[in-house]
Amino acid sequence: MAEEKFEPKVVAFVCNWCTYTGADLAGTSRLKQEPNARLIRVPCTGRIDPVFVIKAFESGADGVLISGCHPGDCHYNTGNFHARRRWTFFKELLNFVGIDSTRLHFSWVSASEGKKWVDVVNGVIDTVREQGPFLKYKEIKEHDFQEIEN
Amino acid sequence: MKIGVFVCYCGENIGRTVDCAAVAKELSAYPGVAHAEAYKYMCSDPGQNLIKQAIKEKNLDAVVVGSCSPHMHEKTFRKACASAGVNPYMVEIANLREHCSWIHDDIPSATAKAIDLVRIAVEKVKYNEPLQTIQVPVTKRALVIGGGIAGIQSALDIANAGFPVVLVEKEPSIGGHMSQLSETFPTLDCSQCILTPRMVEVYQHSNITLLTYSEVEKVEGFIGNFKVTVRKKARSVKDEVCTGCGLCVQNCPIKKKAQSEFDESLTTRPAIYVPFPQAVPNIPVIDRSVCTYYKTGKCQMCKKVCGREAIDFDQQDTFLTFDIGAIIAATGYKLYKIDKKPEGHIYKGYGEYGYGELKDVIDGLQFERIASASGPTSGEILRPSDKKEPKKVVFVQCVGSRDESKGFSYCSKICCMYTAKHAMLYKHKVHDGEAYVFYMDIRSNGKGYDEFVRRAIEEDGVKYIRGRVSKIYEENGKYIVKGEDTIAGVRMEIDADMVVLATAMIPQPENSKVAQLLGIPYDKHGFMQEVHPKLRPVETSTGGIFLAGACHSPRDIPESVSMASAAAAKAMVLFGSDILEREPVVAKVEASTCAGCFYCQKVCAYSAIERKEIRDRQGNLIKVVAYVNAGLCQGCGTCNATCPSKSVELIGFRDEQIFAEIQSLSGF
Repeated sequence: MAEEKFEPKVVAFVCNWCTYTGADLAGTSRLKQEPNARLIRVPCTGRIDPVFVIKAFESGADGVLISGCHPGDCHYNTGNFHARRRWTFFKELLNFVGIDSTRLHFSWVSASEGKKWVDVVNGVIDTVREQGPFLKYKEIKEHDFQEIEN
Repeated sequence: MKIGVFVCYCGENIGRTVDCAAVAKELSAYPGVAHAEAYKYMCSDPGQNLIKQAIKEKNLDAVVVGSCSPHMHEKTFRKACASAGVNPYMVEIANLREHCSWIHDDIPSATAKAIDLVRIAVEKVKYNEPLQTIQVPVTKRALVIGGGIAGIQSALDIANAGFPVVLVEKEPSIGGHMSQLSETFPTLDCSQCILTPRMVEVYQHSNITLLTYSEVEKVEGFIGNFKVTVRKKARSVKDEVCTGCGLCVQNCPIKKKAQSEFDESLTTRPAIYVPFPQAVPNIPVIDRSVCTYYKTGKCQMCKKVCGREAIDFDQQDTFLTFDIGAIIAATGYKLYKIDKKPEGHIYKGYGEYGYGELKDVIDGLQFERIASASGPTSGEILRPSDKKEPKKVVFVQCVGSRDESKGFSYCSKICCMYTAKHAMLYKHKVHDGEAYVFYMDIRSNGKGYDEFVRRAIEEDGVKYIRGRVSKIYEENGKYIVKGEDTIAGVRMEIDADMVVLATAMIPQPENSKVAQLLGIPYDKHGFMQEVHPKLRPVETSTGGIFLAGACHSPRDIPESVSMASAAAAKAMVLFGSDILEREPVVAKVEASTCAGCFYCQKVCAYSAIERKEIRDRQGNLIKVVAYVNAGLCQGCGTCNATCPSKSVELIGFRDEQIFAEIQSLSGF
């Protein structure tokens, strides 16, 4: 059997007001994108708990994208600033827990930036495709199961 | 829990790239799903009935609709489900159109993605809980920021409907730029004649609280329940006793130190002044930056002549607070001054046109003052430098506007029309004069507008030259205007006596500050942003805040007035009910696990987190915990992500709901 081509899985956490709406605009404008991303809508990037990202990787994601309103444009005034500060620290921690932090991506995409959204999504998918599948957690899981079985 | 899954074909919009029947079939076997089907148009009446019927027949507790974006039809489906007895917040939408079928071509992968998207929604809805909308009272009082024609119109409309209005204007008088204009296009009726009765109406209206020489200082709260603080700047004149007799103004020894704002610096004014004779209110203001008393402690001439003892040199700024239900921003525009680069702005200067150096190169508003019967020349067309009648006048359009190299991408919209008007007024007053207009395109798209421009050309003999001006300089007492005629393909040189530049409209410099106070978006120029360019053109993304006039984009008087009436109507829609329903997406604190660190309070942008004391039966304090004021909470969820003990949860987007969504992707 021929080896199956690797198709990356990308989970995107996006805010309701800017990026989700920007992605809607990309749809309304019929801007074609790669079908590897799954969007999870939250009210604001400030709502995104770092644990969500770890959970996504644990659930099989090969890459994670977080996208919200541009700094200064947050629908909730300051939520994206809190998010930005959070990620600055969290990226370091991600390496510590065994996840290559280059698999985590950030962007600001406004409600009027449908084209930018397409570029961001395709860019992330291409990068992750080059990086290959994220196997570390899967290996750990399999290893643990073997231990239990033995 | 019994979940119903409904997949919409959206005609062919979804069905063309997503195998909807396969999605429904796949989901029908998914844990928790009791019913799954696909239909051509779910949002149509038969489609909605299909959902209602399934709810009743299968006794469904929750519904997932795979359709267009939730921003489109979430409300529709929530309503349909509510009418069939399912709580509207037990409905989730999977976006199969904007986020799937419209952006992919390959049917198998699009179908696989669609299945995933529906699964995400199904997993989330399993953890949804029935919710009730939050009901908040509506304060039926409007705040209008800006007293130009847009603000005046909004204030009058709302006041005439019987609701109180607070109108705040930063200048000493209302009236805005319209009060400076000579005549208005396309009818050439006198601007002040149609405006001043409205200004007086505002002043006398029992429902309008007029605060001139005042600025909005602080805005707190949310739709229907704003608390607004206004700074009433010290006029140095007691407005409650002043009769507006004008003795103080006449006797002020300072005559020439300050340039008249109203006359666009073509004349000077005293230190104590009323901006213009028809000012509303007719109460003077002391300009402390030029007044002798504030510099040397001497003079007090105004105080000596005032029979009412209205002059108060020690007057301080006062602060007034109002409970407000709706806010209309009508902060207006200014003209781009081309002589230097405006401070802190993205625009480049226009030194090559000599404005500010060459005395008779003026801008559009200055020409309005010269042409106005109430202006410095009483309406005679005389040039500023030597008060002689100019026999050859060149008008230059698009100075700034549509010039990317100067930082403007947009069209200022009104200049084509007012330039035609200026040229026409000039020709009516100086019969032997010549008027030239340099233009890029003529944009005269309004009722009677193109006819007006044609009249200027055909009846009044204004010479239109299609082309740009490269340089204006002085030579032998004439202004040499160098340009080109792109239709004839020749270079042009006109020796003019006066040049009028139609400079770009830019927002008032305070616009972005006001937008930040209100928490509404604005573009790079400072123009405020509407929430939807076509269907919600006067609303902003912040509920209860509306836009009127040129603070939103360049626009002329009729457009400003209609936008102002639209904004007023939107405010009155809000005032039409006593109670406002809000989405129940708010944070909630679990007091038993809250450790009282109050990190949540620090990150909350709305001051919605309060301190609550927990006491035992004897009244001894056990601990202080966080408490969310649901009236103030806007539902961003930043507190939820911040809480170290996971004691704050955002209802509707709780941790377990999002975890369920993520985990549903394990298989993809």
